[in-house]
Amino acid sequence: MAKIIVDGKQYQVPDGNNLLHTCLSLGLNLPYFCWHPCLGSVGACRQCAVKQYQNDGDERGRIVMACMTPAADGTRISLEDPQAKDFRAGIIELLMTNHPHDCPVCEEGGECHLQDMTEMSGHTFRSYAQTKRTHRNQYLGPFINHEMNRCIACYRCVRYYQDYAGGDDLQMLGAHHHVYFGRHCDGTLESPFSGNLVEVCPTGVFTDKTFSQDYTRKWDLQSAPSVCQHCALGCNTSPGERYGRLKRIVNRYHSDINGYFLCDRGRFGYGFVNAEQRPRQVVQRAGDNSGQQAQIAAQSAATEAVSTLLQQSDAMAIGSPRASLENNFALLHSIGPQRFCPGLSDAEQTLLETAAAIYRQPDIGIPSPADIERADTIIILGEDIINTAPVLALKVRQAVRNLAKALAGGAGIPDWQDAAVQELAQQRRNPLIQLTFGATALDPIAAVNGSRAPEDIARLGFAIAHGLDSEAPPVSDLTAADSELVAQICALLKAAQRPLIISGSSLLSAAVLQAAANIAKALSRKLDAPCPLHQCLPECNSLGAVLLQEPGSSPPLERVLEGIESGAVRRLLVMENDLYRRLDSERLERALDKLEQLLVIDHQWTPTAAKADWVLPAASFAEAEGTLINSEGRAQRFFAVFPASADIRPAWQWLDSGAWDNIDALTRACAASRAPLATIVEAAPPAAFRRPGQQVPRMPHRYSGRTAIRANIQVSEPRQTPDPMSALGFTMEGDATGLPPALRPASWAPGWNSNQSIHKFQQEINGPLVGGPSGVRLLDDQFNVAEATWFSAVPAAFQLSGPALQPVPLYHIFGSEELSQLAAPIRARQADDYIALHPDDAAALQIGAADGVNFRAGGREFCVAVRLRADIPAGTVGLPMGLGGICAATLSQPLALSRAFDWQPPLGAGNANVFASDSGAAL
Amino acid sequence: MTDRPLTQHIDLSRPPYDLAQYEDVGGYAGARKVITEMTPAQGLEILKDSGLRGRGGAGFPTGVKWSFVPMYNTPAPTKYIVANADEMEPGTFKDRLLMEGCPHLLVEGMIVGAYILQANIGYIFIRGEYIEAAQLLNEAIAECRKKGYLGERILGGDWSFELHVHTSAGRYICGEETALLNSLEGKRATPRAKPPFPQVSGLWGRPTIVNNVETLCNLPQIVLLGADWFKQLSLTDDAGTKLYGVSGRVNTPGCWELPMGTSARELIERHAGGMCDGYQLKTFLPGGGSTPLLLPEHLDTPMDYTHIGKLGSRLGTGTVIVIDDQVDFIGALKNLEHFFSQESCGFCTPCRDGLPWVEKALHNIECGSGSRADLDWLRRATWMLNMGNTFCAHAPGAMGPLDSALKFFPDEFERRLP
Repeated sequence: MAKIIVDGKQYQVPDGNNLLHTCLSLGLNLPYFCWHPCLGSVGACRQCAVKQYQNDGDERGRIVMACMTPAADGTRISLEDPQAKDFRAGIIELLMTNHPHDCPVCEEGGECHLQDMTEMSGHTFRSYAQTKRTHRNQYLGPFINHEMNRCIACYRCVRYYQDYAGGDDLQMLGAHHHVYFGRHCDGTLESPFSGNLVEVCPTGVFTDKTFSQDYTRKWDLQSAPSVCQHCALGCNTSPGERYGRLKRIVNRYHSDINGYFLCDRGRFGYGFVNAEQRPRQVVQRAGDNSGQQAQIAAQSAATEAVSTLLQQSDAMAIGSPRASLENNFALLHSIGPQRFCPGLSDAEQTLLETAAAIYRQPDIGIPSPADIERADTIIILGEDIINTAPVLALKVRQAVRNLAKALAGGAGIPDWQDAAVQELAQQRRNPLIQLTFGATALDPIAAVNGSRAPEDIARLGFAIAHGLDSEAPPVSDLTAADSELVAQICALLKAAQRPLIISGSSLLSAAVLQAAANIAKALSRKLDAPCPLHQCLPECNSLGAVLLQEPGSSPPLERVLEGIESGAVRRLLVMENDLYRRLDSERLERALDKLEQLLVIDHQWTPTAAKADWVLPAASFAEAEGTLINSEGRAQRFFAVFPASADIRPAWQWLDSGAWDNIDALTRACAASRAPLATIVEAAPPAAFRRPGQQVPRMPHRYSGRTAIRANIQVSEPRQTPDPMSALGFTMEGDATGLPPALRPASWAPGWNSNQSIHKFQQEINGPLVGGPSGVRLLDDQFNVAEATWFSAVPAAFQLSGPALQPVPLYHIFGSEELSQLAAPIRARQADDYIALHPDDAAALQIGAADGVNFRAGGREFCVAVRLRADIPAGTVGLPMGLGGICAATLSQPLALSRAFDWQPPLGAGNANVFASDSGAAL
Repeated sequence: MTDRPLTQHIDLSRPPYDLAQYEDVGGYAGARKVITEMTPAQGLEILKDSGLRGRGGAGFPTGVKWSFVPMYNTPAPTKYIVANADEMEPGTFKDRLLMEGCPHLLVEGMIVGAYILQANIGYIFIRGEYIEAAQLLNEAIAECRKKGYLGERILGGDWSFELHVHTSAGRYICGEETALLNSLEGKRATPRAKPPFPQVSGLWGRPTIVNNVETLCNLPQIVLLGADWFKQLSLTDDAGTKLYGVSGRVNTPGCWELPMGTSARELIERHAGGMCDGYQLKTFLPGGGSTPLLLPEHLDTPMDYTHIGKLGSRLGTGTVIVIDDQVDFIGALKNLEHFFSQESCGFCTPCRDGLPWVEKALHNIECGSGSRADLDWLRRATWMLNMGNTFCAHAPGAMGPLDSALKFFPDEFERRLP
């Protein structure tokens, strides 16, 4: 601890930070621009100037930049010194010389850090009477607006985009007061983390395009604490609503998970909530199958249909890994465990149960995403994390950069001296080892990259475990090159102090999961502590879907199909699950046709819903509460952002409205049903939580128009919509201060209208929020622990057998996930349908780069383009999941491909995923 | 013993010496001596004793600067020595004379310096417009490589050294040593925060010394003839000779090697042949565009770091810019500030946004459309853009002439207000 004096007052502060970090941690207000808690200091903006005094006798002092000055023991500074204040106001004045006076029409207005800092510095009168410089703006793709005239050149965007997120197509160009932050030419920003620019930019240069097309001021947005639905990481989000439309999603800080950043899928994938074609009324199809006719049916008839179905002995119900624990549990409870299927295919269920069992092993620790950032050596087995768990890739990028901070520490350079730290380390990084199917976006920062078929990835993993600990099962017949690779990787892992393993289910290979577990086990013996292993899982509640029942007790989807085919099952209820994404579509189609009754509860018109006799509109995540279990086994609660309209109800309320008074009762019942779920009730405070007698307001205290919006109908103010389901109210009345993090809808503090206000809620800068990290980790407890054993099912090496190629899944951040795919801006970034072939295989099949191919798989015919990729192993064919109907069922058999002679490349503007930089100067 | 260690072999009426000619007149004796007879520590000791101060403008004692470079036992990781030949200071043309007049002197200076530092790689970061100098240096380096002064195990010892010429793409800020290093690495020429200093973490994060061409050119004779000889060359306490230059409305503008501490009067009146007919000396910048103005009353002050510093100005590069009584004073000042404004790297706010405003305010005053607010801003700018308030010394340098102009010639500004 160090003792520092600020304006005559003494503070005890932690060692090693700079003065800006320290002052903000102390709750003092000091304006800044170029500094960001995650990016460190560079001293560019000169905004955080304070007076520093050499000693008690020094009365003159000198101006220093707080962000560049260590908070060393004995430091004496003044924030209030008139000269320092004058200087800070002067800096704002200089920034304003080129900043337009367009706040009323700027999307950032009302949550603008520049506005806040201008207010704070007291610069109120402009004496600059000269011309302003003007820039031309660029087209940056479907996510981000560009308005360079507002730029104050704080350099945060490029430092975030290049240094933090690893992008290289956003650059600083030009010089002096013409510095320009953009691309070398118009075109889509290529980084899948570009959306964070909206929050990193202190003013309105980079704004959310999806938001500005349907715009509302921040103070008019109704928000709720929420959890991202588009992968299993469980990033915390704060969606905003007005007029019944979800307007945007911004980051909600969670120290253990997403920190300050989201991926673009999580930020821009919300369009499905507002979709015009969403089911909003109960729909019943009458008549025979040939002449289907949908009609809008009464809600009471629908509930009647549900309860009738649930009571039939020939009925089954299918839950979903993208639905909340509560919805799944309610379904399970309503129909009974024997007739409940969690909605997973056989293969998926095996994988997820394997993953859950691995997490319970005593020698394996479960790192939070933030823990990944602290590792010094990372091995990734089988996951293309930038496409399957994107924010994890950001964490891995920081982990490899940690070597720079360690080197800097050795050279006496504080780790917040961002430029100096990077300069010293240059290209030296902590080792990242990737054994994946094909190249990934992280290849350039990895020490070892191996591209293999899934079987061979698992074999290498088993061999690495054996190389680390000879008790681990060995792998026979490794090639000499592979043995050398294994030795190289073992050497890196043996040298590690804080090794970490990432694996996952994306290759649909339990062997890969088990091999990764063996490596963790081997390392844990060396570390003499559980070794951290993170398993990436496919959907937002995948782990919840398998924790709901005893392993092996729930039937997979194939059992349900068999039941239908045998005639034992004649009625089916499907909740928030599109079976066509999981099963052979031909077989499914036949089975569904055979059913007497199909009832679907969902918030989207899925192909499954299109086959249903009844479609009951379910609430999306934005209209209901629920609990999700993320890939680290953390249960987190999301809350309705706005009340559901029309017939829309949370799925569980369609099932049995009498069984539970509110969702808390349901959550409690779910928690009581199985030991691993016992603590899920602690994920957030219950609905009874009150802050002095009132619910927590979802609307900010400046929410406008409440009394005027419906004045044309009725001039008296209506009652606020009650919300019996949660501690939050659909209201602006109530006290929004001192909230537990799990209930804070949005971040705001007096004088801090932008997202930078988050530091007012952190225990210290970059630390956990006051009240602790929200959510509750379920799998850390001892009672979950299984017996420590080696996995020994080493698969045989991948071998090409016959002319058919082995299909292996590929993933795309934009396009592979079901719900985000429904959002127009995400679709605009989605690749055209294709399959990936190794050039040798393509040559053998006489298929060229401009050709298309025909094949049949999973009950479908495909005719798609070919991408030749030398980075995937020969003998395999890469299938991009989610694109053109490719799903897990497409992968069940080796594929016989043939050249499609009548194939034409799609017409139109071409592939939206091709960036402007690729098409050259033609633009 | 010469009293002109820098220019003794320079004769612009003939091509510069090639290697053989240079060796014939004693060239590379300094390099041979330091490599074969001295340890690096002994070399550094002589350098410290000599009192040589950096000739790039800051005047920091070279030996002290070099002593911060870590010395390793073998195997030694890479260290760098860089010659700052990015001569872009307005009114400065001294390094050009050295490089065009005797390229081997710089090469020898870098070899001597690199040996003392035990650096393995050297760069001459040369201004892009110095095409002839770059070509001459490349030829000199090629000759040395052939002869064995550069390359592996030089003169049979353990030490190896390679030297490259890097032509700048042209920014004034590249003359700032840390911006130069960024530029050399292929990055934007933005200065770096210090600490860490380049001696510890410089080029590509390795220990690096950056020195001006003139500084390095002094080294061969210092190691050959000793510290005492070097000190006695000077008229004052700042050792050695200095390349002085004069530009402006004088009869014979030029550049001369003279004892350190020669007065501006002697420079202007004797060497530059006095003011042109009909022009009076109004004021002068003692060492390039970024040095505060001096007045005729300062003409007899010895031109060295200490004495000029005491007057509130800086010796800078030692190349005097003469401003006469008939030049448009505000226009000249605006021209200067226009240069600094254009050459700002754009990194820190006061410099990036302050200098264009300074230029615009001066423009208004020059055109007669200025206001009291413009003048108020100019005064405020000299504080806002002062040393410590900005990221590097660029803007404070730009404020040097403005601040002194406001101090010495307030009427020039007042007179032009409408």
